[in-house]
Amino acid sequence: MSGDHSHLSEMDVRVRALKSLLVEKGYVTEDAIDAIVDYYRDEVGPMNGARVVARAWADPAFEARLLENATAAIAELEIGGRAGEHMVALKNTPTVHHMVVCTLCSCYPWPVLGLPPTWYKTPAYRAKVVADPRGVLDDFGVTLPPDVRIDVFDSTAEVRYLVIPMRPEGTDGWDEARLANLVTRDAMIGTALATAPA
Amino acid sequence: MNGPQDVGGAHGFGPVVPEPNEPVFHDDWETLAFALSILMGPCGFWSIDRSRYFRETLPHPDYYTLTYYGIWLEALERLVADVGIHERTPPPKRVLRGAEVRPTLAAGFPYDRPGPAPRFGVGAAVRVRPMNPAHHNRAPRYLRGKTGWVTRVHGIHVFPDTSAQNAGEAPTALYTIAFDAKDLWGEDTTAGRVHADLFEPYLDAV
Repeated sequence: MSGDHSHLSEMDVRVRALKSLLVEKGYVTEDAIDAIVDYYRDEVGPMNGARVVARAWADPAFEARLLENATAAIAELEIGGRAGEHMVALKNTPTVHHMVVCTLCSCYPWPVLGLPPTWYKTPAYRAKVVADPRGVLDDFGVTLPPDVRIDVFDSTAEVRYLVIPMRPEGTDGWDEARLANLVTRDAMIGTALATAPA
Repeated sequence: MNGPQDVGGAHGFGPVVPEPNEPVFHDDWETLAFALSILMGPCGFWSIDRSRYFRETLPHPDYYTLTYYGIWLEALERLVADVGIHERTPPPKRVLRGAEVRPTLAAGFPYDRPGPAPRFGVGAAVRVRPMNPAHHNRAPRYLRGKTGWVTRVHGIHVFPDTSAQNAGEAPTALYTIAFDAKDLWGEDTTAGRVHADLFEPYLDAV
């Protein structure tokens, strides 16, 4: 490769050529490209899922609706859409911990978590977690007691999963906004626990 | 198909290495590859299943060395060529304009359809059929031939195998099936149960 930094990479050249073709044919517009990038970079992300989890922690009736029909319950917060049309919530307990993967591609609940991080899409994660979830937790620096059963969900169809982590101790009386700060992306995939209050 | 995508249980890929404070997009070309891939969906030239098929038919060395958006770009180029867009201009079903992007994506594209009633109920024991189809298929190798039980009935959904082959949606029942991890891996597992979403044509009653 050239050391000239103004030189476009092969991938840049290829994707620009493809874009030119698709715009010329009228299938894609510049303003639609801008809109989709803005949407997934700024509006859709784990802060949405954190609101869902915080509400579930704060409101047992909402949690019951979430576990019964997650798509409808999440829609109450005006969250939903592509790659979240058929949602299921998985509640962690002191005896069962859930972890989510897509071994066959990169299926991920976009409306609640945004676009997936790179590690979620790597063969390393996809290969390992269905057989050795504790090994994956080790990679994330997380250790669970040996008597906790780990249930792995492989998203092999169009159903998408949101893990409801356990509510940390010492958060009694917290409002939803404060609780949401404890809910990380990884906790909603199952590779982390909710953050303990400082 | 037994392509490079079907990695459940494989060894040798190393540890999982998260990137701290990872940005949503790493490079302009990844951003554009993503946007084009999503925006071509509503045009209706291919289904999501067919786009997955075009990703998993990449040569193994490419699949394992490209970034994930690199896989998407390769597949998108091949899908465009497959439809013949270089030579002609087939009419799109729908083109999303800027103002339509947000509401359309926020509404989503549901995959449930009317269709025949599910054959299995919650609790039913089922075995994943032994199979080795060359076409797109969503029953991972590590589950084929294994026995589990139904934990959830999702209703009737588009069948990926036919959808990916441009052979129609053939709606069929979709289930979550639970497997005891020891039935999959023997003692070589730290999982308790593994669940997967499997379509009725993949399953036999036990």
